Amino acid sequence: MPRLSRSVPPVLCAILIVYAGSAHALGPPTPASALEIVIKWAPLLLGGFAFNILISLLAMALGTLAGFGLGLLLISEQVLARRAAWSVMQFFRNAPWLVLLFFAMFLIPFRITVMGVTIPLPDWVKAVIGFALPVMANVAEILRGAVASIPSTQWEAAESLALSRRQTVWLVILPQCFKRMLPSWMNLYALITMATVQASIVGVSEMLTITAQVHAAEGGRTDLFAPLYGFALLCFFLYCYPIDYMTARLERRFNVR
Amino acid sequence: MSGDSVVAPKLAAPIVQLIDVRKTFGAVPVLNGISFDVAKGEVVCIIGPSGSGKSTLIRCINALLPVTSGTIRVADIEVGDPRLDKLALRRKVGMVFQQYNLFPHRTALQNVMMAPLHVLKQDRIEVEARARALLAKVQLAGKEDTYPGELSGGQQQRVAIARSLAMRPEVMLFDEVTAALDPETVKEVLVTIHELADEGMTCLLVTHEMGFAREVADHIYFTDKGVIVEHGPPQEFFTAARDERTRRFLSQVL
Repeated sequence: MPRLSRSVPPVLCAILIVYAGSAHALGPPTPASALEIVIKWAPLLLGGFAFNILISLLAMALGTLAGFGLGLLLISEQVLARRAAWSVMQFFRNAPWLVLLFFAMFLIPFRITVMGVTIPLPDWVKAVIGFALPVMANVAEILRGAVASIPSTQWEAAESLALSRRQTVWLVILPQCFKRMLPSWMNLYALITMATVQASIVGVSEMLTITAQVHAAEGGRTDLFAPLYGFALLCFFLYCYPIDYMTARLERRFNVR
Repeated sequence: MSGDSVVAPKLAAPIVQLIDVRKTFGAVPVLNGISFDVAKGEVVCIIGPSGSGKSTLIRCINALLPVTSGTIRVADIEVGDPRLDKLALRRKVGMVFQQYNLFPHRTALQNVMMAPLHVLKQDRIEVEARARALLAKVQLAGKEDTYPGELSGGQQQRVAIARSLAMRPEVMLFDEVTAALDPETVKEVLVTIHELADEGMTCLLVTHEMGFAREVADHIYFTDKGVIVEHGPPQEFFTAARDERTRRFLSQVL
């Protein structure tokens, strides 16, 4: 049963993509059925979806990197560093993602100049940063939790072998944490991917924005509402469900061991 | 022969020296003035009922726990010194735990190699050769690439002993190292420790294995409620215990 459901999403995706490719050659049909319209615009819509995935991947990469650093500060022996990191972590973990996105949009300049070189910061880059902030806070907390879950006897054993604190963390504790972190980390990625549609609110041309534009271009027909947005739903489901499924599987496997 | 201030005369200079060591956890006193010496090459067993502070005592010696008051000296290092170089101390003191505490993400060989490689910064080829020799010494040749999770308790404990020996310690601490083992694997671990003792390694063992203590120890300390109640060489200790608490304990365990 699970084996079957796992193979379904890729097959459906393939069908959609084939449809999308062939629809281009057919030209605009009149009068258009809902399906024909979805097929006609599919390349554009899927392009938007690819942008969502790009934003989610970059936000996850950036956030994970920053979160890892923040997480290390959370387990630091320096009280001040630990407290500061804790405050940062709590702040970004308990702020609505959309609010953080707005902050990123309006507080980050549209370009920065570094040593005479002007680097433009388009809206989508700002969106990446906006989404990376909650990822950072959550990754830091996931790391902290994983470190706390390692038995204290591992610290004792490492200490009694004269390993320094830094060596203990990097050689003994963290390598055991990665496996424990993986399910939560993947779950966070699925959540971030779904959250990327919020970027439409601040005008990034991701899938939801394009879906609305397509809907308007087709005259705003009410009968197109469900098929067009349904298509967006389907794309996200087909992308996120396998991640969710893998997460559950990994969690089961790690629990058994 | 009882009380806090007993220091048995020793021929050689002590490598471990405890003078009136006290330790409290919050308001709870655990060690109430422990004093004894361990000479180089000597095998000392600490026995006593559960909760008498034996594990706490052994953890104070390599500074895993700070003492509340008193003096501990290990190979001329003052353990209570606030500027103590803990890593220097721990290079001289090996420790083996009740629950083995191997690193589960590393193979047996990697467990043994980690400290000499990263702490002593020794050459990898030499470290590996020595680690293989140590595993062979504890009868685990062929298990080099096995992960701890795939080894039996007795095998894991022998890897743990090899891991400590890899640092060439001057003193070995054993904290009830057979307490978590199946009866049939206890022996293989005891044999390993016995060999170490025969080679002249200074050993400090907390143990419930009375037969083993009698066989291997040069000196036995009986502790109860954080004090040394009685001590002496095994023959004397097991046959002519004077203190009522010692006699009661021995009648229960022998």
